[in-house]
Amino acid sequence: MTAAVQQSKPLRTGLVIAPLAILAVLAAWMFIWLTHYPPTVQAAPAGPGAVNVTMQTVGAIGTDPHPAWVSYLIQRPDGSWVHSTVLKVPAHSTVHMTIYQYDSGSDLRNPVMNQVQGATDATVNGKPYATWTDVIGHTFTIPQLGVSVPLPGIPDSAKNPCSTPAPCSPSFDHEKVQFSFQTGAAGNYTWQCFVPCGVGYIAGFGGPMATIGYMNGMLQVTA
Amino acid sequence: MMSTAPAGATASHSSSSSPDRPHLVRLISIWVVLSAILTPVVYFVWGPHMPPGTMTDISRSQQFDNRVLGTVATPVVLFIWTYFGYVLKYFRGGSSTEDGPPIKGHLAFQTGWLVTTTVVVLSLFVFGTYELVSPNGAGTGSGPNPIWVPAGYSATAKDNKILQVQVIGQQWRWTFRYPGYSGVETTQLEIPANTEIQFNVTSLDVIHSFWAQQLGVKADANPGENNVAFVNSNHTGNFDIKCSELCGTLHGAMISTGTVVSPTDFSSWIANQVQVHAADIPLLPPYALSYLPTPDGGYYDPGQDPVPDTSVPSPSTSASPVPSTSVGGTPAAPAPSS
Repeated sequence: MTAAVQQSKPLRTGLVIAPLAILAVLAAWMFIWLTHYPPTVQAAPAGPGAVNVTMQTVGAIGTDPHPAWVSYLIQRPDGSWVHSTVLKVPAHSTVHMTIYQYDSGSDLRNPVMNQVQGATDATVNGKPYATWTDVIGHTFTIPQLGVSVPLPGIPDSAKNPCSTPAPCSPSFDHEKVQFSFQTGAAGNYTWQCFVPCGVGYIAGFGGPMATIGYMNGMLQVTA
Repeated sequence: MMSTAPAGATASHSSSSSPDRPHLVRLISIWVVLSAILTPVVYFVWGPHMPPGTMTDISRSQQFDNRVLGTVATPVVLFIWTYFGYVLKYFRGGSSTEDGPPIKGHLAFQTGWLVTTTVVVLSLFVFGTYELVSPNGAGTGSGPNPIWVPAGYSATAKDNKILQVQVIGQQWRWTFRYPGYSGVETTQLEIPANTEIQFNVTSLDVIHSFWAQQLGVKADANPGENNVAFVNSNHTGNFDIKCSELCGTLHGAMISTGTVVSPTDFSSWIANQVQVHAADIPLLPPYALSYLPTPDGGYYDPGQDPVPDTSVPSPSTSASPVPSTSVGGTPAAPAPSS
């Protein structure tokens, strides 16, 4: 019995190191997975106390790991598009938003979200609006700031809907929504869409609706 | 356990006929002194600062519960800590690995222990049950047909004299409807002070839980169900609103702030809300105590009767529509008069 359990020193060392190495690799993988985050996009300055943010919504992002998921994208100040929903804006400033809405529409779960709330100068294709009563593609809503803007959906009869992987170009049918809001104090604020457009998920709010980088995001308001 | 004397710890008492008696007396003395000092401290000093405060009749009752429970628990906790501390100091085994003498029964000690714990637990059971019933369900959701209700309540909608506020949870936000005021729906919660409030809590998707922290109200928000909770605030101020049921990715962000204002200020505020949302109120579904989803995922209405509210004088609910530009399918229309 004693002879059976005797092992060489290198073997004993290996039996200790090997599990530790496996644990280290697993821990590193978990750390990378848990800290993986969409890139933060700094808003473009637009004069004293103001910034510009340009975004677009697409019906399907078209790229892995979830090519069929609906998503927002943000335009960097250099004009390139990035698949992210993490915005950085200054505190106590005015954010001028422009959102190109390429997705079709559906019904809101709660019609109270069809009102423009907490935002000013809201327009659709240049026309002012306070409430949108037709189909809504998505909303841009920051609950803690009281901001919510419905984004009209393109008609089902649209002749030229965006059919390429994101980003979509303005040559496709879209609705251009513009509005402004105030940021207030520094802090992190979540924002999301309130149209249940997570098709195939429980109550329409799983999948892309519950994932930062797709239909919910973070507004980092910095001092 | 006090009848045992660990090896190596009883040398000074080995000649005594009751070697543990000095230890027992000392231990009990320390415990009694500590309890006599700290128990009143817990009730009178810490107690008034215990959550959830004294903003409402409910929260005052809950704070009293916490004070009583804390006070009852203090001697128990002190006994355990004192015993552990005493044992660590005087009953160390040293380097000996021998077992101590076997534990033998002690009838008086065991009887006292059983009687004391039984009395404490049964007393807390009676106290807790009474406190849950009074006042009016203790701020918990009592289902669609509450048993313990305040004066003015009626299960019949038209006879109910209590101010109705519907709390609607959805992933991931709270909204609030006031059926007595044209059914206006807001993203802010304001209620008048010194007024009985009936929260009708429901959900549009998954299970949430409406927790108005300083009000002492916590009621589950279930889809397709109405969950009633009552509250009456003693004074004005702000209170925190949170979701206390894990409901998805942004559960932690499902927070808001509510306000208790004077009845006069509430009348002004709700009149303003009705006016501001005049064009949007007709777009909301008819007020109902719960809602079910439509196949297209939209807002839903099982067609229950609205609940009129007459407890607080209503401002003009036939407010003129504010100028509003509506582009889309349905033009904005004035708010209906309730």
